[in-house]
Amino acid sequence: MITVDGNEAAASVAYLCNEVIAIYPITPASSMGELADEWAAGGKPNLWGAIPAVIEMQSEAGAAGTVHGALQGGALSTTFTASQGLLLMIPNMYKIAGELTPTVFHIAARAIATHALSIFGDHSDVMAARSTGFAMLASNNPQEAQDLALIAQAASLRGRLPVLHFFDGFRTSHEVAKIAALDHETVRAMLDESLIAEHRSRSLSPEHPVLRGSSQNPDVFFQSRERANAYYNDFPSHVQAEMDRFAQLTGRQYRLFDYAGAADADRVIVIMGSGGDTVEETVSHLNTHGEKTGVIKVRLFRPLDTQALLKVLPQSVRSIAVLDRCKEAGADGEPLYKDVVTALAQAYGAGKLAAMPRVMGGRYGLASKEFTPGMVKAVFDAMMADMLKQQFTLGITDDLTHLSLPWDASFRTDANRKNSAAVFFGLGSDGTVSANKNTIKIIGESTPLYAQGYFVYDSKKAGAVTVSHLRFGPDPIRSAYLIGNDEAAFVACHQPFFLERYDMLDHAAEGGVFLLNTQSPPGKAWETLPRRMQQQIINKKLSFHVIDAYRVAEQAGMGRRINTVMQTCFFAISGVLPREQAIDAIKQAVEKTYGRKGRRLVELNFKAIDATLENLHQVQVPASTTSTWEKPPAVREGAPEFVRRFTAELIAGRGDAVPVSMMPADGTFPLGTAAWEKRNLALEIPVWESDICTQCGKCVYVCPHTAIRSRLFSAEATANAPATFKHVVTRSKEFSGAHISYQVAPEDCTGCGLCVEACPIHDKSNVSRKALNMSPQPPLREAERDNFAFFLSLPEYDREKVKHTTIPGSMLLDPLFEFSGACLGCGETPYIRLATQLFGDRMLVANATGCSSIYGGNLPTTPYTTNSEGRGPAWNNSLFEDNAEFGLGLRLAADQLMAYARDLVKALADEIGADLADQILNASQADEPEIRAQRNRVAALLGKLKSIKKPETRSLEAVAEYLIRRSVWIIGGDGWAYDIGYGGLDHVLAQPYDVNLLVLDTEVYSNTGGQTSKATPIGAVAKFSAGGKSARKKDLAKLAMDYEHVYVAHVAFGAKDVHTLRVFHEAESYPGPSLIIAYSPCIAHGVDLSNNLRQQDLAVKSGHWQLFRYDPREREAGNNPLRLDSPEPSIPFKEFASTETRFTMLARSHPEEAANFIKAAETAARLRYAEYKDLAGLPLPGGNKREVEHD
Amino acid sequence: MIDLSTDYLGLKLKNPLVPSASPLSRNLDEARRLEDAGAAALVMYSLFEEELRAEETMLDRFLLDQSIGSAEAMGFMPSPQAYRSSLDQYLEQIHALKAALEIPVIASLNGVSLSGWVDLGAELQQAGADALELNVYYVAGDIEQTGDEVEQRYLDLLKALYAKVSLPIVMKLAPQFSSLPNFVRKVEEAGAQGVSLFNRFFQPDIYLEDLSIVDQLKLSTSADSLLAMRWLAILHGRTRLTLAATGGVHTADDALKMLMAGADVVHMASALLLHGPSYLTEVLKGIEAWMETREYESVSQLKGSLSQQHQKDPSVFARESYIRVLDSFSPPGSVWR
Repeated sequence: MITVDGNEAAASVAYLCNEVIAIYPITPASSMGELADEWAAGGKPNLWGAIPAVIEMQSEAGAAGTVHGALQGGALSTTFTASQGLLLMIPNMYKIAGELTPTVFHIAARAIATHALSIFGDHSDVMAARSTGFAMLASNNPQEAQDLALIAQAASLRGRLPVLHFFDGFRTSHEVAKIAALDHETVRAMLDESLIAEHRSRSLSPEHPVLRGSSQNPDVFFQSRERANAYYNDFPSHVQAEMDRFAQLTGRQYRLFDYAGAADADRVIVIMGSGGDTVEETVSHLNTHGEKTGVIKVRLFRPLDTQALLKVLPQSVRSIAVLDRCKEAGADGEPLYKDVVTALAQAYGAGKLAAMPRVMGGRYGLASKEFTPGMVKAVFDAMMADMLKQQFTLGITDDLTHLSLPWDASFRTDANRKNSAAVFFGLGSDGTVSANKNTIKIIGESTPLYAQGYFVYDSKKAGAVTVSHLRFGPDPIRSAYLIGNDEAAFVACHQPFFLERYDMLDHAAEGGVFLLNTQSPPGKAWETLPRRMQQQIINKKLSFHVIDAYRVAEQAGMGRRINTVMQTCFFAISGVLPREQAIDAIKQAVEKTYGRKGRRLVELNFKAIDATLENLHQVQVPASTTSTWEKPPAVREGAPEFVRRFTAELIAGRGDAVPVSMMPADGTFPLGTAAWEKRNLALEIPVWESDICTQCGKCVYVCPHTAIRSRLFSAEATANAPATFKHVVTRSKEFSGAHISYQVAPEDCTGCGLCVEACPIHDKSNVSRKALNMSPQPPLREAERDNFAFFLSLPEYDREKVKHTTIPGSMLLDPLFEFSGACLGCGETPYIRLATQLFGDRMLVANATGCSSIYGGNLPTTPYTTNSEGRGPAWNNSLFEDNAEFGLGLRLAADQLMAYARDLVKALADEIGADLADQILNASQADEPEIRAQRNRVAALLGKLKSIKKPETRSLEAVAEYLIRRSVWIIGGDGWAYDIGYGGLDHVLAQPYDVNLLVLDTEVYSNTGGQTSKATPIGAVAKFSAGGKSARKKDLAKLAMDYEHVYVAHVAFGAKDVHTLRVFHEAESYPGPSLIIAYSPCIAHGVDLSNNLRQQDLAVKSGHWQLFRYDPREREAGNNPLRLDSPEPSIPFKEFASTETRFTMLARSHPEEAANFIKAAETAARLRYAEYKDLAGLPLPGGNKREVEHD
Repeated sequence: MIDLSTDYLGLKLKNPLVPSASPLSRNLDEARRLEDAGAAALVMYSLFEEELRAEETMLDRFLLDQSIGSAEAMGFMPSPQAYRSSLDQYLEQIHALKAALEIPVIASLNGVSLSGWVDLGAELQQAGADALELNVYYVAGDIEQTGDEVEQRYLDLLKALYAKVSLPIVMKLAPQFSSLPNFVRKVEEAGAQGVSLFNRFFQPDIYLEDLSIVDQLKLSTSADSLLAMRWLAILHGRTRLTLAATGGVHTADDALKMLMAGADVVHMASALLLHGPSYLTEVLKGIEAWMETREYESVSQLKGSLSQQHQKDPSVFARESYIRVLDSFSPPGSVWR
């Protein structure tokens, strides 16, 4: 038995059975590719003793093309993907299927982006691929993900159809479970070598050449399509044959359609995917309680073998419900439902069915929506109604179209009651999840018990909360749903501050355990609980245990790492294993994790484990509550109605209960919601020392979370300021007499410390005292909260009087991007915030999928906000691959409609008045004051239009706002710009349109977990480049400069802040395409981001990153358009590389390669600098007007 | 034929020139070149306690547990399958050097805390090191700490190491001891076989641009060697410990002075980094040539010949010489003061 998740289960088979693996990261399939890459890098052979070639492509389309080629070349080839990735593969899938090529694609099925993106699981993607000609085989749990991966491979070779092997994203792909492993002999026995040889013999070879992939005319194309029918007709029997062979080898029998339940069932549910297990569990419960129900678990969905389907359907059946995990908007039923109806109708028509059963179809589980036994029961109940409800929905409350079925959330199955359930609340960074994965392994490996683990994450990066759901029981666990209310025998809270945030004890079962990590002594811990929790402990008769895990960890030398301490507590209290055995097992797991390379860490962990039990205390629970406080509401008073009604529910974790009517129909949301989500993540926040501050604005400039601001105001404005509100007379002479304040948002600050790092001011007598110093947050929280509220109540200073081109000046401008959920110390967000400060009131943002779309637009809140006039960035995320094109579309619409509006102004000039019309038509709108003037003119225009009665008037009213210049920003990461979106980006750059492309270059795919992109530098270790990237970083800037009409710049705000500011102004003002490539340190570089600024500085000093601007306007002015803005590298590349794990870890795994790479990187850095210097020094024909400058 | 051999830490060395801890020992080719150039033994680059600690922190933070709490990313780096810690690499390097070289290999441990890191000595021994150099690089900046306590820290570390290994141990000392000879006696009692004089500390410097403190290690110069020479001269004959001179030996002349003051071996690093491994041959030849000219027969004959106890006027290495040095800066009588 092994303990793995669904992705690993499937990937392990795929790896064994293939020779060429083409991959591309996409959630939730990424880890299959990552594992394959790691195995290959570690030299793990496939079944035939060779190490598969694993290659990351530029997109899923590229991966599919590569697989197609590898298959045509005679290799066994596979890929892993999901969602949008699968959509990109579809064209090739038609080809692969059309050519009858054996292969298996493994899919962690995921929702497709519609009104919103979702990374979670449903069948939208695989259903979109159902017409490709691929066979489709569904697995319901990690065991099946492994087993059917192999059956698919065997059947594909046998029957020559490619197979889409899929399982539910997250629910199966990420569920950790104890499963029976496949050994090599079984895999070998399933794969017929002669079939592989046949596959090779059909490949393209100059030794026996053929033409394949011809182009056909109306005369024969149709017949060709029909020629392959036999392969489809035969395929189900091949699959069944392989399933039977597999059963002989392993004892695990699968069928095309697996029926479970009563032989004489009157009601049967037909379902595909993980939900099938939940239905089966419910069916067996209902049947032992006197009902006659059944379930058909569909395994082979394409080609659909209706005979086989009907064969397993009990004759006694009177009603059938078909559940689809997808939505086909506009259809009168979802695909599986319609297939079943068709099958029944055809059988009935052919006289093979005596009577036509009643069939109902419904939807469940979209984007990992919970699907529970209570819902299954609701379906069985609904099947007894006189009139069957069609297109019903499960798991939601539809108060608009009333399609949803009500369900009993407290319904539990007997099987479920047999299991022990435990729920753990932890922080993403505190190791709770990894400890729980270990716990499952320990239980799985040290006891006969089966174990299941599923992990729920929130959508933040900084301070993310994780909830681990663990089940253990005597039988294989098929409960493919979360642990519900009153179900967990064990609830653990790993972070004391969760007490004021989450209703954790809702999960607790009567007589269960509540374990709390708290710094309060055992005698005081009870008092720290909110009243409701105390009541729950009393009512549910919970035993209450506490430990100060931070102290135990600290004393053992482990800092704030509490995972093994909490894990030890779990075992000690739960008694799943005898204590001694449990502790031994935890220690073994620690040794396995840290191994030889971290042997002292092993000792520290042992020390912590040994110290745990004496620090674990049971608290005597009083007979009645004593607490005087309740968990505060999710958002504070004063929030807008939408936030109170909707956003607050999501923040509080009650989003599942939001009814359909409350949702915007088209995915449109208001801005400014992040400001209401006070997360209080910082242990320490900056305190402003106004006496020594020179008001340079650098702290505001570098803050990744927009949590420190500066504002200018009159002294009188502070008449009603709170007593502790700090403000001083500004040092700036232009605003003589005005006051300035630097104010922290105490509950939004994440405590990263970058502001203090950036502060250039030291107390002259004490260098350690800066103009900003970190200080513990809790004692400051309330006063600073009031101060910040007061600060926000002050109006923004007159933007026309502030210098936008200096750091102190520009930092007085209101940011329209605040409090994002980005990582602590994020290197990307300051660039976006800066753009909104400068241009926010006129920005359109096209955002490529990635980190910036997640911290920019993942519900519950968005950091984008509006100014006091209600203007701000309008934002949309189209796709990952099309962002440049999407942004161009926004530009074209703006230009087209501006031109139309201008025509209308011209046509109505007499009525509008020639002066106003002329002013509107001739406005340059080159800068903000001019844009503001134009806004005023447009307002005047709209005023006048009211009284003009001509047909064009209404048209002009509708487009008048287009007369105001819009600033289009196309924002995304390097994965988009260098790889998947490069074709589009290149094309957009080649056009003359005024768009600003901001590439947040983290040099890896950050959002999916640090995979290599073409921006990854040589010698860096990243996922898919475990041995160090061998090619040097693509020079996107140089490629763009080649067009000669593109404004191009390389910036790094932490190296030269004012340069970045200048570039943003120049790029925005340039009337053609502008490309800003912004160096963005990322946690994936393997360096703590409290060093963000230092890393940028080192990157520039070492020549890893050059600063320059290429401004085509300079050429028109007779100058060389390129200016190199960073000096000659002044430190060796090695010095920069030695500070980042992405470079240093290679020296520990591949020392020789590492040394060579460092040399190569050094050379590349110097060369690149030299090249740029040469380019910047080239005289234009006729000579430069400007002296060639170097910094 | 002059007998250049010397005894050091109970090892019989063919001559007294021993390259001290430097990056040259990281590379097998360079190490072979040193041997070819005549090196009598090789002190490996130091295994730094702080480096190991920092590496563990890095491993823990970025590689072994990559929890970031994102549904989309289980981590952000590939798992460090092929990762070998710098300790393991060090052990492998001992192994490789032993296989590649005939000369003794002395492993070097550099650290300061009492948290048990010297236990690693056992692994160095197991990996094949011929001796251990214990480099306690301790800046005694604690106002509460007495001189005795500082000395005790050195001795505790030495004892802890001694308890773990059977190899000879040489302790590399800092120059700041109130009574160096007395302390050396304690080192001897605690089980060491030698002392090496002296450690050169990284010198922090103030970077005026941003008022930051920068650490820099500058290569030594010949002038640096004289500090050790005095104390070698004072110690020679007063301890059973073998003595190593380290820091600032760049020429044959420098080396000869050290030997005559009382060193059993002379370490070189900066000069070899500057001029390459083959430079060692030149120094060796220079020593031989000088000895030949002066008709010395052996290094043993030379060793300590100018030590304090062989001075007619022992004060030359003591305070009295201070007066003479001051005098030497007095202007001649002909100058108006």
